[in-house]
Amino acid sequence: MQKAVEKAGADKAGSGIAVRCHKLKKYYGPVKAVDEVELLVREGECFGLLGPNGAGKTSLVEIIEGLTRPDNGVVEVLGYRWGTGDDRAFRERIAVQLQETQLADKLTVEETLRLFRSFFRRGRSVDEVILAAELSEKRREKVFKLSGGTRQRLALACALVSDPELLFLDEPTTGLDPQARYRVWELVDDFKRRKGTIMLTTHYMEEAARLCDRVAIMDHGKFLALGSPRELVESLGGREIIEVNIQGGLDEGMLRALAGVKSVSGKNRGYTLKVVSIDETLPALLELVERQRVKIVKLVTRPATLEDVFMALAGGRLHEE
Amino acid sequence: MKNDQPPHPLFELTLARIRETLREPEVIFWVFVFPVLLAIALGIAFREKPADRLRIAVEGGKAAEQTARLLAQSPNLEPGIFSPEQAFQELRAGKVDMIVKPGAELVFIYDPTRSQSELARLIARDAIERGLGRQDLAAIKDEEVTAPGARYIDFFLPGLIGMNLMGSGMWGVGFAVVLARTRKLLKRLAATPMRRSHYLLAFMLSRMIFLIPEVAALVIFGWVVFGVKVFGSLMDLAVVSGLGSLTFSGLGLLVASRSKTIEAASGWMNFIMMPMYVLSGAFFSYDRFPKIFIPFIRALPLTALNDALRAVMNQGKPLAGSWLELGVLLAWGLVSFGVALKIFRWQ
Repeated sequence: MQKAVEKAGADKAGSGIAVRCHKLKKYYGPVKAVDEVELLVREGECFGLLGPNGAGKTSLVEIIEGLTRPDNGVVEVLGYRWGTGDDRAFRERIAVQLQETQLADKLTVEETLRLFRSFFRRGRSVDEVILAAELSEKRREKVFKLSGGTRQRLALACALVSDPELLFLDEPTTGLDPQARYRVWELVDDFKRRKGTIMLTTHYMEEAARLCDRVAIMDHGKFLALGSPRELVESLGGREIIEVNIQGGLDEGMLRALAGVKSVSGKNRGYTLKVVSIDETLPALLELVERQRVKIVKLVTRPATLEDVFMALAGGRLHEE
Repeated sequence: MKNDQPPHPLFELTLARIRETLREPEVIFWVFVFPVLLAIALGIAFREKPADRLRIAVEGGKAAEQTARLLAQSPNLEPGIFSPEQAFQELRAGKVDMIVKPGAELVFIYDPTRSQSELARLIARDAIERGLGRQDLAAIKDEEVTAPGARYIDFFLPGLIGMNLMGSGMWGVGFAVVLARTRKLLKRLAATPMRRSHYLLAFMLSRMIFLIPEVAALVIFGWVVFGVKVFGSLMDLAVVSGLGSLTFSGLGLLVASRSKTIEAASGWMNFIMMPMYVLSGAFFSYDRFPKIFIPFIRALPLTALNDALRAVMNQGKPLAGSWLELGVLLAWGLVSFGVALKIFRWQ
């Protein structure tokens, strides 16, 4: 069995597969951090692991990065298996940005990048990366003086300075304000334009939708769904959402019977309707409300998102905010 | 900097260590300023001065005046007249070294466990007998010398250098490593092709560089302010200091190799260093401890370093004379490095 897998792996090397996991397992005591995960990431794609905190995203990427040993299963990164050759030399080809790494406080931006650059035989020049990460103004600033967003761009720049084939980003924008997040995304886009492969984890659905070609929704160490953000949203049936709060409440059956409604969920007189199109359903809903002589307290219409997919699959929210 | 080839990682890592150290004002204080302040304080406290005169309480009474006058003939004695109760109080408080009870038969009341007291007894006896007309049997001429290198400050300065090398080696390496681990920087570095040995070696190299101003500051200070001479060769001093510094960096690395928090590492550091501050003859000679402990005390790295430093600085011995001490240092250094590398935790 093992032999067959190895052979299959060898055949796939250079065939456009960046990451392959087979029956990957990592338990911490009773906690199933990674539970028999199967995964293929193609070269050149941006693959996202979306899930709440504690879903096992970090455990999974750290196994793939060769920083944690799995209990069981196979990991192949760019056709290489950790521990079967010169791990250190292989690290020339990949780069990681870990969750919550704090770089040396007293070094400047430029010094930090020069240090990281010196670990790699090949790579981009420090000046070029400083420019790409919009760090020019901060290049002589010490790390402890940087804002969260700048710090995160520096962390990313440290990963980009080796010009890797494969880039791992573990929650690259957690805790950043929208503008800082946007600037990190631009830097990721820049790497995508350079035809690099990205594997990232996030618990922000907008981030997954914005950056990723394909997304795996993860919870309790397992993939609940896998596909492009669009495919995942479409799998809900309805592509748009109506959220409505009604004073006095309504029978869910009546709502389900409205034109174009795919599903209804709700509690405390607040209902979420997944619909094919708002144009079709909204007038019918308003008519129903009038007929039943109830009052609408709040009404929101919006396109369906990955968050809705996650709620449908896991029955909970991605994160409490 | 249009050069494609970046500098060697060991160079960059060492440079980073040096920069980080220099940008930490506390480090500069503890490594450079504090030892000098300590040397000033102790140098003043133990400055050269004529030996203290021994104080003798003469119990008041008939012959008190005369006895006191006889005692005062000796330049080493300082007699005073007290009532018997007072005299006893003074002796017990250590303010006088002996009590003399005048009378037909003189009585010396003294404490034989105190060397000052014993000395007072001998000098007092001599002074009184001479005063009463004793003829000396042998002609003895006194010749006074103060041997350079025999003062307390001469003894203390090498110990201070040793302590400083221990402190900066252990804290300098241990603290930085544990901090990098708690901040997940070690893990981040482990995810690059950086050679792990380079990372650890950079600590050694930066220590070697800081060692030079550290030792030089104390040696020059001692020489300028207290006239402390280095009797041996400066090269030998450099070799001993370098070896000592490497040994303690190794111990620092060992302490830091698995500690997950700064607090845990601090606890271990103090646990290891505190006994050596006391036992290893930094402030006073370890010969004061009972004989059976001496071999164990000499096996401690700080003892070995202090002894080797004193052999070079105070006695001017060549290095070969300190082979045992250097061997002890080397053994501690190699073992702690070896074990540290084996059990080192990168995340």
